[in-house]
Amino acid sequence: MSKRMELYSGNELVAEAAIAAGCRFFGGYPITPSSEIAERMSKFLPQVGGRFIQMEDEIASMGAIIGASLAGEKSMTATSGPGFSLKQENLGFAMIAEVPCVIVNVMRGGPSTGLPTAPSQSDVMQARWGTHGDHPVIALAPSYMREIFDETVRAFNLAEKYRMPVILLLDEVIAHLHEGVALPESDEIEIVNRKKPTVSREEYEPYADTKDHVPPMANFFEGYRYHVTGLSHNPKGLPSTDFEVVHAIQVRRQKKITEHLDDILKWEERSMEDAEIAIIAYGSIGRSATDAVEHLRAEGVKIGLFRPLTLWPFPEKRVAEIARQVKRIFVPEMNLGQLVLEVERMAKGDAEVIGINQVGGVMIRPREIVSRVKEVA
Amino acid sequence: MTFNYDEYVRTETIPHMWCPGCGIGIVMKSIIRAFTALKWDKNDIAFVSGIGCTSRMPGYMDMNTLHTTHGRALAFATGIKLAHPEKHVVVVGGDGDATAIGGNHLIHAARRNIDITLIINDNAIYGMTGGQYSPTTPPHMIASTAPYGMVEPNFDIAKLVMGAGATYVARETISKGIMLEKYIKTGLAHKGFSVIVAESTCPIQFGRRNRLADPVELMHWLKNRGVPKTKAAGMAPEELQDRFVTGELFRDDSRPEFTEVYQQVIDAAMKKENK
Amino acid sequence: MVTAEVAAKPKVKKEPPVVDVIFENCKGCNICVDVCPTNVLVLIKVPNKWEGYIAEVKYPEKCTRCMLCEIECPDFAIKVY
Ligand SMILES: Cc1ncc(C[n+]2csc(CCOP(=O)(O)OP(=O)(O)O)c2C)c(N)n1
Ligand code: SF4
Ligand code: SF4
Repeated sequence: MSKRMELYSGNELVAEAAIAAGCRFFGGYPITPSSEIAERMSKFLPQVGGRFIQMEDEIASMGAIIGASLAGEKSMTATSGPGFSLKQENLGFAMIAEVPCVIVNVMRGGPSTGLPTAPSQSDVMQARWGTHGDHPVIALAPSYMREIFDETVRAFNLAEKYRMPVILLLDEVIAHLHEGVALPESDEIEIVNRKKPTVSREEYEPYADTKDHVPPMANFFEGYRYHVTGLSHNPKGLPSTDFEVVHAIQVRRQKKITEHLDDILKWEERSMEDAEIAIIAYGSIGRSATDAVEHLRAEGVKIGLFRPLTLWPFPEKRVAEIARQVKRIFVPEMNLGQLVLEVERMAKGDAEVIGINQVGGVMIRPREIVSRVKEVA
Repeated sequence: MTFNYDEYVRTETIPHMWCPGCGIGIVMKSIIRAFTALKWDKNDIAFVSGIGCTSRMPGYMDMNTLHTTHGRALAFATGIKLAHPEKHVVVVGGDGDATAIGGNHLIHAARRNIDITLIINDNAIYGMTGGQYSPTTPPHMIASTAPYGMVEPNFDIAKLVMGAGATYVARETISKGIMLEKYIKTGLAHKGFSVIVAESTCPIQFGRRNRLADPVELMHWLKNRGVPKTKAAGMAPEELQDRFVTGELFRDDSRPEFTEVYQQVIDAAMKKENK
Repeated sequence: MVTAEVAAKPKVKKEPPVVDVIFENCKGCNICVDVCPTNVLVLIKVPNKWEGYIAEVKYPEKCTRCMLCEIECPDFAIKVY
């Protein structure tokens, strides 16, 4: 049973969901259009015995949530473009040290200060490759209100399950939009917690390979006294420059993703069964695309929608299948062409891939997608 | 009687990586003796660092150790401490790590008066990256990026953190390991943000460039630059130029500690919520 | 019954100090040699070690157990028992 409908903004829902998912630590730094998340967390966290801190900058907030997570708390930070850039180095630390945490990036127009109050989807590639070095990434991009809630919870669950940071990408449109939404009761929410070691301290290897490639994680102060470092390390956690050790551990970190794609990937499809044209869209533009597909279907166009909720890892296999099925794929995004590059890579020429791009801080509306589709047809 | 350091050391990692005569080992040993004197349970200590030669120290310590990114140790440590206020959180870093790239986190940790102890191994140089100048390289000394001598003014780290709100501040040279241990111990036991500046040596990257390559000579040079607090009181400012004051420099037990204040916020918020 | 042996408690004789340099840890920096007030230690040449030197306990009988060498050694390489 869901609770009765209530009015929420996307940002407010992130905070609600985080607390429902068990988040008890938030470190942040104010930035439009994400600040409401921090504001709400500062109010509600202490009510459930959690802790909020406004750090001196985004680098520090990223550091603080990693520290809190190592100490055993589910933790989160929220930011936007400039702040997301500042977080990148410590985000990489969370990846190499395998520390669960959630980073919300409410995308605004960039680069630099860009368009602080206007929507964009131009951090999609930054979410994948923003920090240096090879690293696995999970990034989620919900479109609807209830989805924002569910995907925030899923972000925490994936972070805990795979021992890594998870990025939640919103954009200014859905972050500030207020809509009625029915939230689940707390007993309906599935919550995943990090796997704990069952062996003794002497036997414990915090970075060893395991069947699922996710080694159990001891929290600080639980008697395991292990070492956490951003240097390449051996299974014990101590620095290593041994070629084989470093290579193996890098490959294992990738496998956390590549061997659990079925669990991590999530998307919605509409009218794809007999589609000859496809639209691939996400976030707020996923909503425009849904309307566009309905409109075009009503006019008899054999068009379908593929709306990924998991952007990273990219749903490569399914997109390749779609490319073999349809003759043309449209990819509307509020950037100058980012996810479209992945679509092209997977289409391998099987379908024509056409981007619909707009970066002035105005949402791509359904009719713009409709007219572009008709234009090409 | 010989002192047993093994209780707090990952003995399998010794000998450590630091160069012959490097001061970091002396600081590490002073910290361990302070832990021992306080009988702190190693399971209850989080030992955190940034990046640099000094910041390699946690790898050798048998406790909950965290080697973070350059300059950011205090940010990570703040997260740990706020999540677990009842545990001990100790941070070490070099002068560059703590006061250049980490300068912002330093002043804000001091402002909050969060119960963390920071021990700075001030060797007046960027050791790990090859002897570039740091905010504490003394005037005219040579660094790999100051081939004509250091032209920028220095930070007085003690004054900096006092001004920012630290509530225990002490400084000592590594030539006085016993005093260093004493100040570290007091700082660890102090409730609030405490900073102990260990004036230290890097014979390789600082010494070699400044005709002080011999660790013993460098140590004497360093020792002579220190002036005990009582002696400094009677000295003219000119006499103190190019030197640093040692001893317990500041203590304030009256300022509220951050995690305690935040606990009051939690208590009030929970009471209100449950009403 | 108190026997003669038990009654005649041996005098507690203070063990003479033993200064020990741990070969594997010593890097031959000379700090201990410098800080020792009674010149117990000297540096000797050993090939295939860091700088080619190591501290040696040459005059153990002069040791006063001041512990300075142990405290100031950066390398956990010297012990005074
Ligand atoms: C963001 C970043 N910038 C630069 C470096 C390179 N770096 C590594 S250690 C270091 C300085 C070390 O000097 P200090 O903090 O004084 O410590 P020491 O090595 O002297 O103990 C620098 C600049 C880095 N690791 N990360
Ligand atoms: S480079 Fe300098 S600071 Fe680094 S280990 Fe060597 S002597 Fe110590
Ligand atoms: S101080 Fe330690 S490392 Fe240096 S010479 Fe003496 S025993 Fe060896």
